[in-house]
Amino acid sequence: MKQEEINFGKSEQFNLTMIPGSFARRMRKNIIWQFFRFMVINIKMLIVVSKSH
Amino acid sequence: MARLIIMGGGVSGHTTATFAKKWLGDEHEVVVVTPNSQWNWIPSNIWVGVGQMEKKDVVFPLAPIYKKAGIDFRQALATEIHPNGKADDDTPYIVISSTEEGKEGQTEELSYDYLVNATGPKLNFDATPGLGNGSGGLSGNTVSVCTADHAVHASEELKEIFAKAKAGERQKILVGTGHGMCTCQGAAFEYIFNIEHEARKANVRDMLDIKWISNESFLGDFGMGGLHMKVGGYAVSSKLFAESLYAERDVQWIIGAHTSKVEEGKIEYELLDGTMHEETFDFAMLIPPFGGVGLKAYDKDGSDMTDTLFAPNGFMKVDAKYDAGAYENWKASDWPVTYQNPTFDNIFAAGIAFAPPHLISKPMTSPNGTPINPTPPRTGMPSGIIGKAVAHSVCDMIKKGKDVHLHEASMADMGAACVASAGKGLFDGSAAAMTVYPVVPDFEKYPGTGRDTNYTFGEIGLAGHWIKHILHHMFLYKAKLKPGWTLIPE
Repeated sequence: MKQEEINFGKSEQFNLTMIPGSFARRMRKNIIWQFFRFMVINIKMLIVVSKSH
Repeated sequence: MARLIIMGGGVSGHTTATFAKKWLGDEHEVVVVTPNSQWNWIPSNIWVGVGQMEKKDVVFPLAPIYKKAGIDFRQALATEIHPNGKADDDTPYIVISSTEEGKEGQTEELSYDYLVNATGPKLNFDATPGLGNGSGGLSGNTVSVCTADHAVHASEELKEIFAKAKAGERQKILVGTGHGMCTCQGAAFEYIFNIEHEARKANVRDMLDIKWISNESFLGDFGMGGLHMKVGGYAVSSKLFAESLYAERDVQWIIGAHTSKVEEGKIEYELLDGTMHEETFDFAMLIPPFGGVGLKAYDKDGSDMTDTLFAPNGFMKVDAKYDAGAYENWKASDWPVTYQNPTFDNIFAAGIAFAPPHLISKPMTSPNGTPINPTPPRTGMPSGIIGKAVAHSVCDMIKKGKDVHLHEASMADMGAACVASAGKGLFDGSAAAMTVYPVVPDFEKYPGTGRDTNYTFGEIGLAGHWIKHILHHMFLYKAKLKPGWTLIPE
């Protein structure tokens, strides 16, 4: 059984939502992708900050 | 020379005081009255609470910082406001009671020209029987991460739980809100996933049942009525985002719950459907509800005028619309813009200390009449931005006269960034990074979700974790007024 499918069976609460698969989990830890996301999130946060002042 | 007194030295009060002093210079006096000798970067208390940081990493003494800045620092508790002065003197003043070692309880009157109330909240543990000790403190039944000392204690208790789990004893962990009217779900949310992360690292995750309990009517409400964010090309509700995270990490949840009683190893709670339940635990961290700090206000003749300055919940009245009525009538414009008290134009409130006009989340009540809904969050970024806007307004009033246009910082026109990070290592941690714009939804400006979905987003990964690290160091640097501190945004 795939890891993401294990928890679906643990409770009704879990069964009715979504759980990330292996690709999504790998991308969360992928340094290159996360560095890119780091830049994107920072820029977005700076825009939010500038809109708030 | 004018004197500005700021009551409170947390995120909002510290921001107000430091900017006001910078803008006013030595021509005017800035006084900070706070009962704490140390400044605490509260978001990082979470890491202290799981043993990944020490108390010294999240606090620093205020006295040397204020001395360097030229701010008059009084380590004391403000107890009374006399906005009309005394019978024979119209000068407004406050009464403070020292908390400094060796001077405890000594009272003093401090006159002011302008007053900013940035006291933050009273941690109202006693609102739930058994959560508090009956004297305003935390009982021994649960732990807290609201202060650095609480977090240190929580970490020690958690260590024991992990040791028992390692020894093969199954342990139940309960984290969430300790009352139906709590706010700050975000802190509990971050704490529960840090515990989960540390449990995996310690190889005891299989021996722990971790459960969330909250007054939110759905997971991901966060006291903001939830939010819609762009994830993977979809605009999705924070409910789905949060439920997915809990399911992935095997964390069960109880929602729509008012914790009505806490005992050793057990809580009683009421659900939105009116049913009563019990939950046992070996370790519980339950956030208390917030209240005003109990400041009293008196008129010249000594008569109590607390009701004039403060709302019944103890928070200070400002320029909000407090008679908005039913939920269907609520608008973004109900929220305060300048944070000036409507009765006294030389008094402002900033951060958690101001009385919000109403909830942001939809009000909910159980059939037994128990309100079970999150109260509005006003911590972190909004606190800092409001503090700076108030400092700007007061400085302009002092320098240019009372008729100046005041600076505005409505939470309905302000965003917030929130990073809930699990773990502390640079490459083994993870975080849910979220921004929301605006904090208070504006359905007239953004029909549909009430928010700008270009700037309301959330994602999970290392990137958010790095941001959390940067925020920790950056805000401590800023609070210590090191070179270039004004360039760091709130």
